[in-house]
Amino acid sequence: MHELSIAQNIVEIVEQQVSPADRGVVKKVKMKIGEMAGIVSDSLEFCFSAITADTFLKDARLHIDQIPFTINCNTCGVAAASAVGVVVCPQCGGADTTIIGGTELQVTEIELADSLEGS
Amino acid sequence: MSVITVERKVLEKNDEIARRNRELFALQGTFVINVVSSPGSGKTSVLEQTLQNLKGQLNIAVVEGDVQTDLDAQRIAKFDVPVVQIVTNGGCHLEAKLVNDALQNLSLNNVQLLIIENVGNLVCPSNYDLGEAMKVVVASTTEGDDKPLKYPAMFRNAAVLIINKIDLVPYVNCDLEMLRSNALKINPSLKVFEISCTSRQGIAEWSDWLKQQSLNHSHEIAK
Repeated sequence: MHELSIAQNIVEIVEQQVSPADRGVVKKVKMKIGEMAGIVSDSLEFCFSAITADTFLKDARLHIDQIPFTINCNTCGVAAASAVGVVVCPQCGGADTTIIGGTELQVTEIELADSLEGS
Repeated sequence: MSVITVERKVLEKNDEIARRNRELFALQGTFVINVVSSPGSGKTSVLEQTLQNLKGQLNIAVVEGDVQTDLDAQRIAKFDVPVVQIVTNGGCHLEAKLVNDALQNLSLNNVQLLIIENVGNLVCPSNYDLGEAMKVVVASTTEGDDKPLKYPAMFRNAAVLIINKIDLVPYVNCDLEMLRSNALKINPSLKVFEISCTSRQGIAEWSDWLKQQSLNHSHEIAK
């Protein structure tokens, strides 16, 4: 259960990226989270809303894109989603593979509504 | 409506402190391992056996991480090595900052090997780099042979797997070959040791390997 610590890191990143003038209008924080990142999305959303309740992010919502675990086989070229974490190629059984998705834990975009002042 | 493109790693702050820890370890020539496992797999027992074997051969220090109490630090202190206890007060993992803070109370002068024992948890610690040279994951036979498949990230991010409590194999439902092969499906380059802290089987092989890694590391840094 480290989602609380993850949520605090997300808030810090948003604080650094959004200028003070735009702080009231953050609508959405978009994230990429891989299947193997060990994060429970529901927990993370809960922690994020709990720690932002009385802050400028109280109306902001997390939008999480779940990235499936995928490997690319360097022997037979197959890109496959085997069981999460298993890096043995499901086609040829080779272990010379590269993980191409599923370990992400990133903030990708912050969406702002139009400024309240309309200036 | 406008959109700010960010593309930032959530744990970049931790990674940055881990990088600084790593620089400090390199400066001191200290080889650092981060020992992770589920609670009760025997991390502290493995440490005790390792210290017993390597004491006098290598200058070792230990950082203990636990949710509560300094019971583990007390066990380690009996070996007369410098030890610092980090109590996370509910936190389920160590972060680079906590280790950095602990280093204020632990001199790394002449320390060749620093062993960090993480909080017992097979999920959260896998995300947090502490600045170590390698993660060592301990899995015990009493946990069964499917742990690597259930908690792949931990086994993926480790360089070494210690299978502990092999003396209990006749009594538990754990196929050693299956455990090993499940782990290698997640991480084909894992170095695997099979040990028992009760019968001491495999302890010498593991300690000798660890000692050699530490010495190689010091020589690399000295160059």
